[in-house]
Amino acid sequence: MTSVTATKRRTGQGAGRPPHRPPGRPVDHGAWFLVLPALIPILLLSVGPLLYGIALAFTDAQSGRTRATQWVGTLNFQDLLHDTLFWESFRIGLLWAVGVTVPQFLLALGLALLLNQKLRLRWLARALAIIPWAMPEVVVGIMWRLVYNPDAGILNETLRDLGLGDGRDWLTSLATALPAVILVGIWAGMPQTTVALLAGLQNTPRELHEAAALDGAGAWRRFQTVTWPTLKPVALAITALNLIWNLNAFALVYVLTGGGPGGRTRLPMLFAYEEAFRYGQFGYAAAMGCVLVAVVSVLLAVHLVSRLKGDE
Amino acid sequence: MTGARTRGPARAGQYLALLAYLAFLALPFLWLVSTAFKPARELGSLHPTWIPEDPTLANFRQAFDEQPLLQAAANSLVAALGAALIAVTVATPMAYVMARRRGRLSAAATGWVVVSQAFPFVLVIIPLFLVLKNLHLINTLTGLVLVYVTWSLPFAVWMLTGYVRAVPAELEEAAAVDGAGRLRTLCSVTAPLLAPGIVATALFAFITAWNEFFFALVLLKTPEKQTLPVVLTHFLGAEGVADLGPLAAAAFLATLPSLVVFALIQKRITGGMLAGAVKS
Repeated sequence: MTSVTATKRRTGQGAGRPPHRPPGRPVDHGAWFLVLPALIPILLLSVGPLLYGIALAFTDAQSGRTRATQWVGTLNFQDLLHDTLFWESFRIGLLWAVGVTVPQFLLALGLALLLNQKLRLRWLARALAIIPWAMPEVVVGIMWRLVYNPDAGILNETLRDLGLGDGRDWLTSLATALPAVILVGIWAGMPQTTVALLAGLQNTPRELHEAAALDGAGAWRRFQTVTWPTLKPVALAITALNLIWNLNAFALVYVLTGGGPGGRTRLPMLFAYEEAFRYGQFGYAAAMGCVLVAVVSVLLAVHLVSRLKGDE
Repeated sequence: MTGARTRGPARAGQYLALLAYLAFLALPFLWLVSTAFKPARELGSLHPTWIPEDPTLANFRQAFDEQPLLQAAANSLVAALGAALIAVTVATPMAYVMARRRGRLSAAATGWVVVSQAFPFVLVIIPLFLVLKNLHLINTLTGLVLVYVTWSLPFAVWMLTGYVRAVPAELEEAAAVDGAGRLRTLCSVTAPLLAPGIVATALFAFITAWNEFFFALVLLKTPEKQTLPVVLTHFLGAEGVADLGPLAAAAFLATLPSLVVFALIQKRITGGMLAGAVKS
């Protein structure tokens, strides 16, 4: 939003720029000087380690070993290919990411449409939306463990009150563990997704809506022809980002189930964490990281493309 | 407008949906609060109630007895404050350059901001762990602050870029005409106007660090160095058997600071978040 006005202002100003100051040139040295304080930590602590991490994937690096680390070529990747546990965690990671992102998007879209209307409890929704947003993930996990608790939890008690059976131990039974953590994932990310979509909705031109309504278009038709086309870039971007974030998820599930029962909720990040910091297999875990990056890159490309389209 | 046209039953449906969402948002949190104030006797009861019959602060006392919560809170505060202050200090000049110049540099920086939001931490944490180990910064808050700074920089730069753009460039040009140098202009003209944006960005970096878990888990080994989220997981015990009351009490306390801060800057964050994540 700000960027749009800034662009307008800049182009408007370009015409009247004083001719004695050629655009840009004298600023260069100053610009580098101003960027350096941020650039140095970035290079040292994120770009550097990233490259180092990729290199590690081709070594047999382990923690606490005295023998020198050696290059092993693509051995780690070959091992990964045959590591059924890794692919199982990868499958679970995809289930989790899609299972959180898609329902969350649909719910958030409905909610955003709702909040875009003049309803009385809008302020309350806004105030409450802060809770999931501001909460540490660890606390979100703890909170839902209290809700899911088989004896002292409110979920089973409510189900008992409604006569819907005796309830169960949601987080430790094989069938319900993954759906249970997915529900928590949806809860935790609802506000961000909703706010993003709401902002997208507020970009749709009101006049178009009114014109379409005058032409006798129903609500669904207006959504299809007026709302969705303007919302689409935002929707694509937030969906791609949510998928990426969920693929990288760790804390929530670590606290809820620790990856259990029987690996049923062991997301790729939990798997790689255990491999690296419990078993000390740095090289192997780095190779897992590379595979994840490859997957995420595809999603990132989608995000970047939709963003460029949004810029046009 | 659509709102004015909606008829009675549809309106009722809308309110029903809204209420369902509000309940979905609020109930888990209310349960946490309720559990935190329940005496052990009620927590053991087979039919838990929403409102504690006999509310008590015993859980809070016990939580402080069981785990070094004060120390953990102090560690979290140091890490989060350090990260926020440093991040904003180095991000502001960079954001300034990105906002005022649209060269290859800011294009590259923009790309990096987006990419950095998507880093799988696994790939970064292992090498980072080795680097910090060589620097003897494992199990130190200094090491953690360094990681948090780098981690929150992209977003800080992004938020701040938006704020800089909102400051009219004409003001700076006027100062330049008056003979002020670039740095001088930046400090005396732009910075004061940016102050609210800088504060919002710093608070955001603060909360992100205050809430962060993964890096802290990997980098901090001993309980006296660990931050609040890591110490909270100690309440869970080895087999997931937990003392529910103290657990809830400690979790509730750990959330309060970020809830307060977040409530203060929510609107600004929403704007910055959107600029960063979606840029509409």
